[in-house]
Amino acid sequence: MIPAPAAATELKLHKPGRILPGFGLTLGYTMVYLSLLVLIPLSAVIIRSLGLGWSHFWETVTAPRVIASLRLSFGASLIAALLNAVFGLMVAWVLTRYTFPFRRFIDAIVDLPFALPTAVAGIALTALYAPNGWLGIWLKPLGINVAFTPLGVVVALTFIGLPFVVRTLQPVLEDLDQEVEQAAATLGASAVQVFLRVALPALWPAILTGFALAFARALGEYGSVIFIAGNMPMKSEIAPLLIVSKLEQYDYAGATAIAVVMLVLSFALMFGINALQNWAASRHQGR
Amino acid sequence: MPSDIIAAGYAVSYTHTRQAHHPRPRPRLGRLLLIALTLAFLGVFLVLPLLAVFVQAFAKGVSAYLGAISDPMAWAAIKLTLWVAATAVPLNLVFGIAAAWAIAKFEFRGKNTLITLIDLPFAVSPVIAGLIFILIFGANGWFGGYLRAHHIRVVFALPGIVLATLFVTLPFIARELIPVMQAQGKDDEETALSLGASGWQTFWHITLPNIRWALLYGVLLCNARAMGEFGAVSVVSGHIRGLTNTMPLHVEILYNEYNHTAAFAVASLLAMLAMLTLAAKSFLESRQPQLRHAVSQPRDRTRRQQT
Repeated sequence: MIPAPAAATELKLHKPGRILPGFGLTLGYTMVYLSLLVLIPLSAVIIRSLGLGWSHFWETVTAPRVIASLRLSFGASLIAALLNAVFGLMVAWVLTRYTFPFRRFIDAIVDLPFALPTAVAGIALTALYAPNGWLGIWLKPLGINVAFTPLGVVVALTFIGLPFVVRTLQPVLEDLDQEVEQAAATLGASAVQVFLRVALPALWPAILTGFALAFARALGEYGSVIFIAGNMPMKSEIAPLLIVSKLEQYDYAGATAIAVVMLVLSFALMFGINALQNWAASRHQGR
Repeated sequence: MPSDIIAAGYAVSYTHTRQAHHPRPRPRLGRLLLIALTLAFLGVFLVLPLLAVFVQAFAKGVSAYLGAISDPMAWAAIKLTLWVAATAVPLNLVFGIAAAWAIAKFEFRGKNTLITLIDLPFAVSPVIAGLIFILIFGANGWFGGYLRAHHIRVVFALPGIVLATLFVTLPFIARELIPVMQAQGKDDEETALSLGASGWQTFWHITLPNIRWALLYGVLLCNARAMGEFGAVSVVSGHIRGLTNTMPLHVEILYNEYNHTAAFAVASLLAMLAMLTLAAKSFLESRQPQLRHAVSQPRDRTRRQQT
């Protein structure tokens, strides 16, 4: 058994006593449950796609409509994550540094995109940004159409991703040593200089992590987007929607091929985020 | 390090000049501007959509609203949603406790890999979460022939909806429990055992009370997602009205039929659930501050290594 050496050191470290029970049971249950629900089903996608054959796979994935949807999914997610990084930094900064009325309420409301079912967010945003909606009516004279355009996709993805950046930044901002900033201020640095030269360098890893998390979430997002996007092929059709429409046409092979591309990208992102967080943690400890 | 130099300079000026004691007043204008900008942004971007749900739901009056949510199809959707959550949350709760017990109380090789694998569903698009179960249990899936021969419906029926929901909500409870149980160590449990308590007694009387807030927190988030999940469930449900339509799917159907008032009425129930979730979450965070910020990140290594 693997845990034997660990158990031995445990016994030496602690007072004489029994080792905790239940290791085999809980680990076994965890592995079986995880395999049945996640690992085996996910491998089904990979195995199915292997059955497609390379040329068929490549043909499906490089079809113009698929390329357009992947490009939109990527581009819109990237813009949304950038917007989240900027606005998320502002929100996190204001929430951790300043006191003002209803701060706790506002802090709680930041998680709304996380708690609100995506379909509800989707129809609410569409109602707001439609040409006759509360916001759309103001944007229309400016020549800005949000609903039923790629811009609508960006708005929905920004809504969904905001908590990721704010919640990643808040603990880091709280831990930041404010004395250093005050020192810089006493030495004559302006508020902007203090922010740019002292605070921001310490925040970069967290900003990057939040950005990556928001990007990863945006890539796979479906519910909030499909209502506001208009879903025109080649124009405002995201990749997850294309998977759904292929499924509805019983084109399982096509749906699987797109799914594999998205899975590979998502997993690459996840490993990137893991590496980022390890780097941030080691930096944090090094200080 | 520049910060060391600045800190040293600060120490010097601190002792030598009085001014340094009160750093020059922060620009109040800038601060007010930032607060105003943040409030305006959050107001337009987050509060306004929430408000829109309720305004649209009541656009045709209270009786139309009540009529929409007491419609038999809406009721069927509400009941189905409650059933799915009542099945998925307990199953993932048991999994979460088991996984956290193994990971937090024992050392074994591959632990970090296991933690990453538990987080895997968060990296997968909900649509793909639905697709995988179609590939296995669908008409031409792995078990499609067998299921048809035995008249068992998984996809486009309740089991498929539960499976998809289980998949997307699997990490929620485990990821709340693991860091809390790791921070608490196992001294309490070992003491109980050495005093003669059985394994179960130790778990019920020692571990469970210690993790109760984190547990509730995880259940809360898991439930919110289970009731609100759209993409994954949409792929496997088949949208059979009154049978396989959960509340979010019912919202979509009504909306696509241009029955906006009814769609927003059902949506308002989900929005209330979201607000309740946020309120309960705030309350739990006030009971146990280390739960804060845990919501939307995969795993907070920075914080865990500090404790």
